[in-house]
Amino acid sequence: MTKRIVILGGGTGGTLVANRLHRHYHKAHGDVSITVIDQDNHHVYQPGLLFVPFGLADEREIVRSRKAQLHKDVEFIESGIERVDSGRDVVVLADGRELGYDLLVIATGSHLALDETEGLAGAGWNEKVFTFYDLPGATALAAALADFEGGRLVVNVVDMPIKCPVAPLEFCFLADWYFTDRGIRDKVEITYATPLDGAFTKPVASATLASLLDEKGIHLVTEFNTGEVDGIGGKLVGYDGREMPFDLAVVVPLHSGGDYVGRSEGLGDDLNFVPTNKSTLQTLAKGNIFAIGDATNVPASKAGSVTHFEGEVLVENIVRFLEGRDLSSTFDGHANCFIETGFGKALLIDFNYETEPLPGHYPSRVGMPLLKESRMNHLGKLMFQWFYWHALLQGRDVPGIGTDMPEHGKQHTSTTPNRAPEEASA
Amino acid sequence: MSTATIAGTAVERNDEGFFVDPNQWTRDIAVEIAAEDGITTMTDQHWQVIDFMRKEYFEKGTGPTVRVLGKTSGVSVKDLYLLFPKGPAKMAAHIAGIPKPRGCI
Repeated sequence: MTKRIVILGGGTGGTLVANRLHRHYHKAHGDVSITVIDQDNHHVYQPGLLFVPFGLADEREIVRSRKAQLHKDVEFIESGIERVDSGRDVVVLADGRELGYDLLVIATGSHLALDETEGLAGAGWNEKVFTFYDLPGATALAAALADFEGGRLVVNVVDMPIKCPVAPLEFCFLADWYFTDRGIRDKVEITYATPLDGAFTKPVASATLASLLDEKGIHLVTEFNTGEVDGIGGKLVGYDGREMPFDLAVVVPLHSGGDYVGRSEGLGDDLNFVPTNKSTLQTLAKGNIFAIGDATNVPASKAGSVTHFEGEVLVENIVRFLEGRDLSSTFDGHANCFIETGFGKALLIDFNYETEPLPGHYPSRVGMPLLKESRMNHLGKLMFQWFYWHALLQGRDVPGIGTDMPEHGKQHTSTTPNRAPEEASA
Repeated sequence: MSTATIAGTAVERNDEGFFVDPNQWTRDIAVEIAAEDGITTMTDQHWQVIDFMRKEYFEKGTGPTVRVLGKTSGVSVKDLYLLFPKGPAKMAAHIAGIPKPRGCI
């Protein structure tokens, strides 16, 4: 009998898993149907959003059809999701239609929860207060930056976890470059305000990034927990009473999982993320529900690279599950990301659950420099968009870039503990 | 990492003073750490937060952020700052004997 696999979400994770599953079962002559459901047909290349405010990318370049990224034998349904009824193995669509499944994959990513911060979406929103974490926001910010003639620019992360935790830092670096290029850098004061106690979550990378901020004259304010955004008065107010005045604020709002997760009994946590086994990617809700990417609560970065590396493990485990075999517990939390630092340069970091980002080279001793600015990393970041549409989403393996984090080429030093002891294992 | 004797028990703490093994924690230890941090009296509300932090840690593998604490611990963010003036999430984790909450990554 045909096994029905339903995938919620046609973004990075949903698309690459659908295409990988299709390829596997096509080769194996397996009898499965694969359906992807998404509320719209716009697949946004999210890493491109960072470049939109600076006029370096626009909608035409970074948005494509979701359906067109899926193999033609994968069914695509454009519809909102009301809820998942895991008791009956059924997805209820927005119009009340029901879709049964043998196996469900949650790949609906994370969303911006503006309402969770007082005043954020109030007066001044998209006038003085912006986000570049979605396309309308990034586009509106591009116009505001072009008109900005000087003053205080505050870049603020409301709370962790966020998508691509380095993106707000990259935004600061690019803003420094952008205003220098316009000849008004001396008229702009750039401040990066984060709830973390350093520039980044991991000690070695945090130190490197903090000194880069310092070199570029960007002020770092740590342990700032935004309680309120006052768009009219032009200030952020911390829970501890600290005030941060701004002429232009770029805020990364609190993230949450899909609303339908909250309407699905037993599926999500209080922020609608889906509790998921960090090694097997099976959800804790039910055996036949798996999850991938930003939608899960696994203690890895919410980033496309993580989703990419999860894909291989997830497909293997879906196949095993449907055959009644034991799951393989192999996902190691592998993440890597290019960090754009402005002036045509970028850093590259590579890490997993246990090993923090370290200096060296990737993927082996000969390769891209790690944790060090270079032009090569910048070109790598630009080339990645081609790779994303043509290889990653199609679920093709890329030579030299494996799922497990490579150890070759990393420089462990005695002062840098391999295991970050404060990182709890879930 | 160093080993200290707190309330008569040897405990391992990292360079920032957070517990390496949350199972070494006792309520007597918490009272002593709180005193180190400038909290002379642990009120019922302090304990409510500490117990919540530990429960979250053992369920989810990480302590909650300030926002989550304010939403789910039953103590408002404003009160949390009165109870733990140096930053509720970090200070309460310190006293609760769990690793520093990092909001994942």
